Amino acid sequence: MSTPAPRWPASRRLAPLLAGAAALFAADAASAYTVYVSNERGNSVSVIDSATLEVKQTVKVGRRPRGITMSPDGKVLYICASDDHAVQVVDPATMKVTRKLKSGPDPELFALHPSGNPLYIANEDDNQVTVLDVEANKIAAQVPVGTEPEGMAVSPDGAILVATSETTNMAHFIDTKTNKIVANVLVDARPRFAEYSSDGKRLWVSAEVGGTVAVIDPETRKIIQKVSFKIPGVSKEAIQPVGVRLTKDGKKAFVALGPANRVAVVNAETFEVEKYLLVGQRVWQLALTPDEKLLFTTNGNSNDVSVIDVPEMKVVKSIKVGGAPWGVVVSPQ
Amino acid sequence: MGLITRAVPPPPLYDLLAVPEDEAVAGAELAMKDNATTGLFTGQVFTLENVTLSEDEDPAEAARKLADDGIRLIIANLAAADLLKVADAVKDKGVVVFNVGASDDDLRGEKCRADVFHIAPSRAMLTDALAQFLAVKRWSKLFLVVGPNAGDQLYAEALRRSAKKFGLKIVADKPWTFGPLARDRSDSITRSDALVFSRGVDADVIVVADEANDFGNYIPFRTFEPRLVVGTQGLTASTWHPAQDAWGSAQLQSRFLRNSNRVMRPADYQAWLAARMVGEAATRTRSADPDVIAKYLRAPDFNIAAFKGVPLSIRPWDQQVRQPLLIAQPLGIVGVAPEEGFLHQRTPLDTLGADERETKCRLN
Repeated sequence: MSTPAPRWPASRRLAPLLAGAAALFAADAASAYTVYVSNERGNSVSVIDSATLEVKQTVKVGRRPRGITMSPDGKVLYICASDDHAVQVVDPATMKVTRKLKSGPDPELFALHPSGNPLYIANEDDNQVTVLDVEANKIAAQVPVGTEPEGMAVSPDGAILVATSETTNMAHFIDTKTNKIVANVLVDARPRFAEYSSDGKRLWVSAEVGGTVAVIDPETRKIIQKVSFKIPGVSKEAIQPVGVRLTKDGKKAFVALGPANRVAVVNAETFEVEKYLLVGQRVWQLALTPDEKLLFTTNGNSNDVSVIDVPEMKVVKSIKVGGAPWGVVVSPQ
Repeated sequence: MGLITRAVPPPPLYDLLAVPEDEAVAGAELAMKDNATTGLFTGQVFTLENVTLSEDEDPAEAARKLADDGIRLIIANLAAADLLKVADAVKDKGVVVFNVGASDDDLRGEKCRADVFHIAPSRAMLTDALAQFLAVKRWSKLFLVVGPNAGDQLYAEALRRSAKKFGLKIVADKPWTFGPLARDRSDSITRSDALVFSRGVDADVIVVADEANDFGNYIPFRTFEPRLVVGTQGLTASTWHPAQDAWGSAQLQSRFLRNSNRVMRPADYQAWLAARMVGEAATRTRSADPDVIAKYLRAPDFNIAAFKGVPLSIRPWDQQVRQPLLIAQPLGIVGVAPEEGFLHQRTPLDTLGADERETKCRLN
């Protein structure tokens, strides 16, 4: 694989320097992780080494891969092949598709139970969530939810599944024991993503068209704060929050702002936006390395991944990947 | 909710561009499904009463009947004159009307009404969108060809204003006098004067004003010099297009296709949007009261997701939905207006159509 051309404007074309910095960083890092990026239009997955920040491999997968996640032990990679109406199981050691799982129609995004089973799949075209036993490849339940479900999150204790529906504008709370909806919280327009804090005490839900992120208390199921964003020189309409990631200590949140081409760094205690980091075009999903030193962003319109050095709060590299990168997941070790 | 539409006149033996009988209705029905799904969680029930008027039926009577039956949210897929009849008929009955079918600028201007929301774009929005695209391309020499119908004249007027607004030059402005040649059979005699109609005009593009689809599609490739055709045919501006699949709209397109066995047209999208706006307002306010719903829609922070990449909202000065418009050729999207670089102190969306300072609308 040839070295990808940097996407920076001329004044920022510091590729050799950045590569040097990355190498230094790698020497410093305790471990190297593997980063997997689904390319929605490329029908492929790009495999990136977090130490060298190079694409190691690009593998063909099913049609329109979007959601991508990994088992807690890092031994199984799951990919939503939306247009194949299936979830593909990939062995990360060989990067070969080993199984094809039932997903219900048009799977978009999913969340794995913290125990590694079952998998909760949003069927965008069918207004339902499919609960899939990944061992048996058996659909355990299909839960009707609002129109165009997408965002999926499981509480850290595994008791509650949250599904967001983009046209109904709700976060649905589903009891994972009974697979029944126990509460619905209205949020702003087009909720795309849900993320629990590691202690389970906060739930962050992004509203792409509403331009806000709702922070919900999962206990009372009330919105306690709405985070909004303001960037000089960027129109209000272009600020479209999608992917959200929280640090394990619950102190920081990262929010991908879509066509605003920025990731917002939010103080998760005061809910103030501390910084906007300029990344590639139409940034949607985010993934932190387990040591929380690096954050990877998928930039769907510039076909690249931006790498953010978390302690420095700086974008250190952009890595060319396949067509329209959508989802990203980092191996647990 | 109620929906009033006028029956489509029966098509000739074979009409490639025939308007489907369920145009607009199919869009509203899809939105009702979306609303019903939401209603399952809020305990709300949404209903739609469809009224299709025959050629000689009075829309005022239909509107009064709906209002008397307690339906006080009415979607109107009607021409301007009929829309005004509806608005007049239910003026004192606390009814809110959603215009999804008429693009007339005066409905948003001197003839505006406080209880009418305009979901359909105005002609000014359509021609501003197209003019922005031409300005970006620097195709600034326009040859305007205007059809004989009243709507064509209004479209041409709007286009002339847009040309001025965005620095384009109308180098020729001619009426079309050769009849509905685009509707003639392909084996009919080709009119030679129509073929040389465009000769010797130094223009970048021909802009056709032909809302009835009578001749605009006749012109491409029949010009003397090679000329692109834009306007009501060729490259057009619209709220929706079957080739549109960005911003999650592939989902809406496939839902529509599955429900109606045809592609979604602009009028379907506009009716969908009207019914969704009502649904959204009802869910958020937990009310079915038209006053509460209208108040919610008029609020400055109202916005709705409608597969256009940005939230849509309502202009307080004329109750027109502000929205991006698609610039498209028959089978593909070419651009989206507002084009990048067209700025406005409020929102770039307000570079399309009548701005607050220009409006002739006095609500109430």
